[in-house]
Amino acid sequence: MDYLLTSLGAALSMIINLNHDVESAVWTSLYTSLVAIVIAALIGIPIGAAIALGRFPGRRLLTTLLNTLMALPTVVVGLVLFGLFSRQGPLGPLGLLFTPWAMIVGQVVLATPIVANYALAAVAGADPRILPTAMTLGAGRLRGTWLLIQEIRFGMMAAIVAGFGRVISEVGVAMMLGGNIRGTTRTMTTAIALETSKGEFAFGLALGLVLMSVALIINLFLNLLQED
Amino acid sequence: MLPMIRLTLALFFIAILTQPALASEHLRLATTTSTENSGLLAALLPPFEAANDCKIDVIAVGTGKAIKLGETGDVDVLLVHSRAAEENFLAAGFGVDRRDVMYNDFVILGPGVDPAGIAGSKDAAVALKKIFDKGVTFVSRGDDSGTNKKEKEIWQAAGVTPSGAWYLEAGRGMGEVITMATERQGYTLSDRATYHAYASKSNLKIAVEGDAGLFNPYGVIMVNPAKHPHVKVELVKKFIDFLTSAEGQSLITAFKINGKQLFYVAK
Repeated sequence: MDYLLTSLGAALSMIINLNHDVESAVWTSLYTSLVAIVIAALIGIPIGAAIALGRFPGRRLLTTLLNTLMALPTVVVGLVLFGLFSRQGPLGPLGLLFTPWAMIVGQVVLATPIVANYALAAVAGADPRILPTAMTLGAGRLRGTWLLIQEIRFGMMAAIVAGFGRVISEVGVAMMLGGNIRGTTRTMTTAIALETSKGEFAFGLALGLVLMSVALIINLFLNLLQED
Repeated sequence: MLPMIRLTLALFFIAILTQPALASEHLRLATTTSTENSGLLAALLPPFEAANDCKIDVIAVGTGKAIKLGETGDVDVLLVHSRAAEENFLAAGFGVDRRDVMYNDFVILGPGVDPAGIAGSKDAAVALKKIFDKGVTFVSRGDDSGTNKKEKEIWQAAGVTPSGAWYLEAGRGMGEVITMATERQGYTLSDRATYHAYASKSNLKIAVEGDAGLFNPYGVIMVNPAKHPHVKVELVKKFIDFLTSAEGQSLITAFKINGKQLFYVAK
């Protein structure tokens, strides 16, 4: 028990004193996840809405595929993208491997199916009269859909929050594509993995606490937005 | 919805703008977990980065993986320790300009009660043979790292092939393996640097040391720019010169943990 308490004390003092390594890992996690979730939302929400509103052959198959993609293991995404981004792979000349951008791409791949699925469910569960009403009032199909999405913004927010939760907490993609480079691609989760491997329990614990606090703050913030 | 999107975009741009200014040039160094986990690189790299206005991105993996990253050209320079693998790497034309940087040695660690009865021995092969005969827990890196390659060499010298429930192939870094061996109260092979770095967190003792076969030289190799034109030749040359210069070598010698020197420079 003493071991846990001492470590907790050391962890708190690292956070309060803004330990530079902690700060940099938090920052890297935050900005890669934020960029990734914005891109994932821009791709995922239209896909989800299109599947929910569309009536086309293969729609059920597409839904099943989307559900399956939600369960993509992060290390598989990491492995496939590693092959693509490595200098020997097809995208090698871009030199993306071991940069934050490689991590962001991996996180987009992870988050998009989640966002799309949540968006699909939200649109499918919306009042079916919204779209026809909007169109009767003179809105085009695109503008009508946009109004619909605004009506169900709670569901859309849930989609974004769920996707964000997935990318900020995952470690496989960040480790394999980012390479856990100190100050550049070391995120909170890869830092926790590293510090645990070094036997630095307190440092890992400090980051774990920050990770949970960040999740809490972001969700509080999004809750506030929904109350408007 | 629109205000939310605006807000998100605003956050996004703040994120991009406040991203720490990138140093002018990045150099990718693939190295072993021993140099990174021991803290040597944290002492060695900053003076070079400051002098050359660059940032060295350290990818700390096992020697086997580090050499693979060199072969595929995903890094510019290697700092590794497995002489045989390095020679193959050079012979296949993947690397140029290899130089000796420093050395330390391997030690066999074991629990204080010494169930295999090898403490104080100076012959690593004989010690491993005893561990094999008694079937005492031995944790292997099992990750094709330099340490793992050395371990296989010694098993070969002992004339036995380890397998069985007592032989645990962890597939993890040196520090994790020391932690695992401590928890399981088994033996393991470690480089001295990582052992010193972990000594305060482990109750394992050095059982075998001083065998000439446990010598552990580290070399630096430039990834061949003829195969991978994006390799930053000028900066890598400066880096190799720095590591082997009087300044670099004295930084390596001065690096100590708990008053103990971990790496020695080639004389």
